[in-house]
Amino acid sequence: MKNRREFLKDAASSALILGSSAAASKLGFGAALRGNAASAGPKVVVARDPSIESAQLEEAGVLELLDRAMAAYTGRDRPIEAWKHIVPSGAVVGLKVNGLGGRGISTHAVLVKAVAERLQQAGIAAANIVVWDRNARDLEACGMTINTGSSGLRCFGSDLAGFEDEPVSCGAASVRLSKILTRTCSFVISLPILKDHSFAGVTFTMKNMYGVVDRPDALHGNNCNPGVADLNAVPVIRGKVRFTIGDALSSVYQGGPGFHPEHLWRPSALIVGEDRVAIDTVAWRMLERKRAEAGLPTLEADGRAPLYIATAADSAHKLGIGDPTLIHRMEI
Amino acid sequence: MRLRKSSIAASVVLLVFAVAGGAGCRNAPHDPFPPTGAVADWQKNGDTRVYAAKDLWQYIDGDAEQYIQAGVISAATSDYMYANHVEAIVDVYTMNSPAGAHTILARDGSRAGKAARLGEEGVAFEQSVTFRKGRYLVRIVAYQLAPDTPQALLALAAGIEARL
Repeated sequence: MKNRREFLKDAASSALILGSSAAASKLGFGAALRGNAASAGPKVVVARDPSIESAQLEEAGVLELLDRAMAAYTGRDRPIEAWKHIVPSGAVVGLKVNGLGGRGISTHAVLVKAVAERLQQAGIAAANIVVWDRNARDLEACGMTINTGSSGLRCFGSDLAGFEDEPVSCGAASVRLSKILTRTCSFVISLPILKDHSFAGVTFTMKNMYGVVDRPDALHGNNCNPGVADLNAVPVIRGKVRFTIGDALSSVYQGGPGFHPEHLWRPSALIVGEDRVAIDTVAWRMLERKRAEAGLPTLEADGRAPLYIATAADSAHKLGIGDPTLIHRMEI
Repeated sequence: MRLRKSSIAASVVLLVFAVAGGAGCRNAPHDPFPPTGAVADWQKNGDTRVYAAKDLWQYIDGDAEQYIQAGVISAATSDYMYANHVEAIVDVYTMNSPAGAHTILARDGSRAGKAARLGEEGVAFEQSVTFRKGRYLVRIVAYQLAPDTPQALLALAAGIEARL
């Protein structure tokens, strides 16, 4: 006879595997997510600050939120110590943003600059920090300024750096990896922005990797499943992309991945952690809750549950933990 | 030099719409993008960018799939500015049939929007307007919400509709 905890764990796991968010909701899935702070599984910090809920994000407010998130994640109150705990000294750090959605719904420049500031204070030279995405247009959509020089914070796209000649296999597809990933950076922080996705269901940290290949369109089949998981399992991505500062300062809960201001939502949150599967699981639940509030169907009912998350957690990919009862989610 | 570059870009847009419109339509549409001043207080910024269906992912990534499934032929996009305080982007999708344009419009989720008298069907929100005219689907999105944003968007939409 299973006790309530075991029952919930099994039920929630099954719901995730099956992509059955409706079933999960009926079984108190949300409560399970909120009530597992003592879990020994991967930690995901969700840091919120409703006071920064505005179109014009204040630098100081975002920096403070970032510091709180990093302190909670690392257990180190001093921001510099927190960052030193995460990023190895001497690293060339890539900040992979997501500017695809255009100016209205891209990784916020104020967050990127806050991360870059703390990295520099932790001893990473500005010239060893590269803000990057697919191309200059996407970076400018984030509010970044292109800098291809050798001094200062560098910022340029894969369109400029180019892609490796040799393709890598992602399931049935072959794609070429950005040289910024393969050659320039030794450590990559993913800075995705949380969005609904008309095909994948949710786009966050794992889907952000579609911006590091030359032909992301080749990976969109079957609602990006297993495309997202296969891509993240490519050794250089698995090995170098080791931390996520997820931008949920604003989001679109319907109509994504493009900018739909009628579905704009401001969670005023950062989602931080190392386990990419756990992070996407937490982000998915946030999006589902907002959709439910707005009277929209679940992503599963809409025919686009992000099944790639469960695939990423399976024994063939082993990219992280997708069982919400095993995720140590910290809400601060 | 810049003028010459713009002229070339405008010619490309005209050619794309002429080719798209020529396949079954007697009157090929003009360039649907109103030039600066054609609609009061609206300024067209920069060149129009055009994407064929096979390249649409370069513009909208995963969103391209639903357009391809609905029969998109090409998409054209341009930036605009209203009275120096509202920036906007205009997308004009040329579909292979009116049904395809309707499919996208219906899928966009228009429950909370107001019906707009534009083309055969349209919907307006405070910061966006979407409408269909024949096989053309037009979407206008503003990046700032000012008191005059909704009316300004409708005026620009009407200016585009008249050119389709």
